[in-house]
Amino acid sequence: MLRLEDLGKRYKTGDQALTGINLEVPKGQVMALIGPSGAGKSTLIRCVNRLVEPTAGRAWLDDLELTALGSGALRRARRSMGMIFQEYALVERLSVMENVLSGRLGYVGFWRSFARKFPQSDIDQAFRLLERVGLDHMVDKRADELSGGQRQRVGIARALIQNPEVLLVDEPTASLDPKTSRQIMRLICELCKESNLAAVINIHDVLLAQMFAERIVGLQLGEIVYDGPPNGLTPEVLTQIYGEEDWAATIEAVDDDDNNVEESASGR
Amino acid sequence: MVDSVTTLPGTGRTWSRPPFIKKPWVRWGVWLAVAIYLFVAITSMEVDWSRVIEGLPRGKKFLLAFLPPNFASRWDSIVDGIYESLWMTVTSTVVGIGLSIPIALGAARNLSHPIVYYSCRGIVALSRTFPEIILAIFFVKLFGFGPFAGFLALSIATIGFYAKLLAEDIEDMDAVQAEAVKATGAGWLQWLNYAVQPQVMPRIIGLGMYRFDINFRESAVVGIVGGGGIGATLLTAFDRYEFDSAAAILLVIIGIVMAVEYSSGIIRNHIK
Amino acid sequence: MAVVERGSTKIWHRRERGKQFAIWAVWLLSTAIFVYCWHLISGKTVWFFVMDAPAQAIDLAARMTPPKWSYMNSLWRPIWDTINIATLGTVIALIIAVPVAFCAALNTTPSVLFVRPVALFIIVSSRSINSLIWALMLVAIVGPGIFAGVIAIGLRSIGFCAKLLYEAIEEIDETQVEAIVATGASGPQKLIYGIVPQVMAAFAGISVFRWDINIRESTVLGLVGAGGIGLQLDASISTLAWTQVSLILLAILATVIVSEWVSAKVRHAII
Repeated sequence: MLRLEDLGKRYKTGDQALTGINLEVPKGQVMALIGPSGAGKSTLIRCVNRLVEPTAGRAWLDDLELTALGSGALRRARRSMGMIFQEYALVERLSVMENVLSGRLGYVGFWRSFARKFPQSDIDQAFRLLERVGLDHMVDKRADELSGGQRQRVGIARALIQNPEVLLVDEPTASLDPKTSRQIMRLICELCKESNLAAVINIHDVLLAQMFAERIVGLQLGEIVYDGPPNGLTPEVLTQIYGEEDWAATIEAVDDDDNNVEESASGR
Repeated sequence: MVDSVTTLPGTGRTWSRPPFIKKPWVRWGVWLAVAIYLFVAITSMEVDWSRVIEGLPRGKKFLLAFLPPNFASRWDSIVDGIYESLWMTVTSTVVGIGLSIPIALGAARNLSHPIVYYSCRGIVALSRTFPEIILAIFFVKLFGFGPFAGFLALSIATIGFYAKLLAEDIEDMDAVQAEAVKATGAGWLQWLNYAVQPQVMPRIIGLGMYRFDINFRESAVVGIVGGGGIGATLLTAFDRYEFDSAAAILLVIIGIVMAVEYSSGIIRNHIK
Repeated sequence: MAVVERGSTKIWHRRERGKQFAIWAVWLLSTAIFVYCWHLISGKTVWFFVMDAPAQAIDLAARMTPPKWSYMNSLWRPIWDTINIATLGTVIALIIAVPVAFCAALNTTPSVLFVRPVALFIIVSSRSINSLIWALMLVAIVGPGIFAGVIAIGLRSIGFCAKLLYEAIEEIDETQVEAIVATGASGPQKLIYGIVPQVMAAFAGISVFRWDINIRESTVLGLVGAGGIGLQLDASISTLAWTQVSLILLAILATVIVSEWVSAKVRHAII
């Protein structure tokens, strides 16, 4: 379980990115974090694994206080927090396999990783995951040869091979087309259910968030302004998060989409 | 159509291209300053025209010496000199790069602590200050004549060049890819190996080839002050006005530089 | 494939076996070449001198301090000469480099078969030969002095400037040129309106960059008699006037730093 207590971040430039964030994400819950650009979504998930150092408050993963860890302990803690990035963030000049295996770096020593001699159990798991995300035929392709959707699948495999307890997902669909976006979101949600992971998904596509997440948190100017189920997103709430706009169409569209998804799901 | 355009009443507004420097007096001032500088600089050159004219036939003789160049009369010393230059080039490039890579890591702002950063930048600035030849003069004084002095001078010059450019490339790398590897819980060395090295590898090789090329050219120069290599042979040839031998040496140098450039182009295309 | 299936387990190697062997072979060969070259160099080295070098260095450092500040008065003129050599040399180089670059660029050359190879040969031979060797050559031909230095710097810089400039010309956006041609512009008009505006910034950058390099290079031309502060350096070293040498080195250092500062400022102003 991930727990944030009064978490805050002020950048050196003086920008207050986050204030007083209190949040609990239990195991197996997929939570979507929505909000306009600059609301602090990216900062929030980076404060959890401390790629960005929070300046106030505390973060807990089960009984481990993340914000109190030294650098060695932090590295070990990062192993149990898988991260999936906007624009995939694969190391482009490494092969698909190397990218996936880089998820195991926290578990193997330097020389082993330098020589690319990972334990066979890691290799097995990498093959299993690549098969699960549908890329087992592309093991030795270089990451920059893949399409956007394929890259994001590699990114997902890299996060999952860490055997994480929580997934931190940063705008997974930002550069993907609508169809691929849904496939990727569905994949992430299914995988979270399978392994009972808690997931925090940053996303600015409200439709997708409503479609796949079971809980939605709205962030505005670094503060939580909504925390509830997807169907609680009324025009008033959206106005509060994003500002004045005609939200009726968005919400209707969501209903339609939901029906379609259910139909296609039941049709399978 | 054309007619209708020309018969339209004019607006009476003229247009000319706005000058690069807006204020007229600054613009003319700059031009005047440039003109004065050029005049003063050229007149202060004190060219001894009679000596120049006297030299023209010698220049002609030098150009004619290329057809054909005389490889034969100094062949042994040319071969020795070129070999020595190549040894110096190989060793100084390897040693220089070996020293440069850790310094470059330190001199990249996004990788290192400010104290390390400034000291590595300091090393780079220091080794860039003086041309290879001045370094060579001092190393010849300290270590005696021969290729060892040239090797040291070129190695140090390599650091200033290679570490600086590599550090800039490391600073330009994609921070998100690096962040992603860090987020897996990788250690520092693992992070270097998986996130930084793949991104800068083309640069490491490309710069290495380029520096090899430069070191070879410079190795021809350090010989002038006794640092070993082909330079000494060349100096003797010019001193004795043996232009045909000098032409032969220059052609050999040009040939090797072209060969290196050509093969490095092939390798660079291969590793992209 | 670098994936081998053995029974039910798949084994993954980073590279295929043949490729891995090839890489090892290259490493082995490179190491052997390096060791061989090092062996030959050390054979030509008197290691006694090398061992003695730290003591020599301390001795030399002691003899070089303090710098003989009064000597500065006779250095102003050589510094002025050095700057002139660099500046005039750069100007000459640019005047020649521009047409050479246009002849060498694939998209502007008048003839790929005849003109381009000549232009490329000019560039290569100018670049291959160090300015100090150009100077050596010119001193033998036109006699010692600043003039030889200016020409040497000029000849050396032609190749450098022309190479960078023609690469910039080849990288221009062709659609902009197309748009100009589509208006019915003639060849020279295409050049002035379509190409020159696109490479102007690169040209300015290259000039300043080369000027900065030339300042460094012209400080040592005097070693072979081609004028500038190198003459004083050479004279002071050969008369073992070490306190003068240290002052000259400081003067060179200052000149280089100032020129770097100036070129950074200018580059900042144009870009």
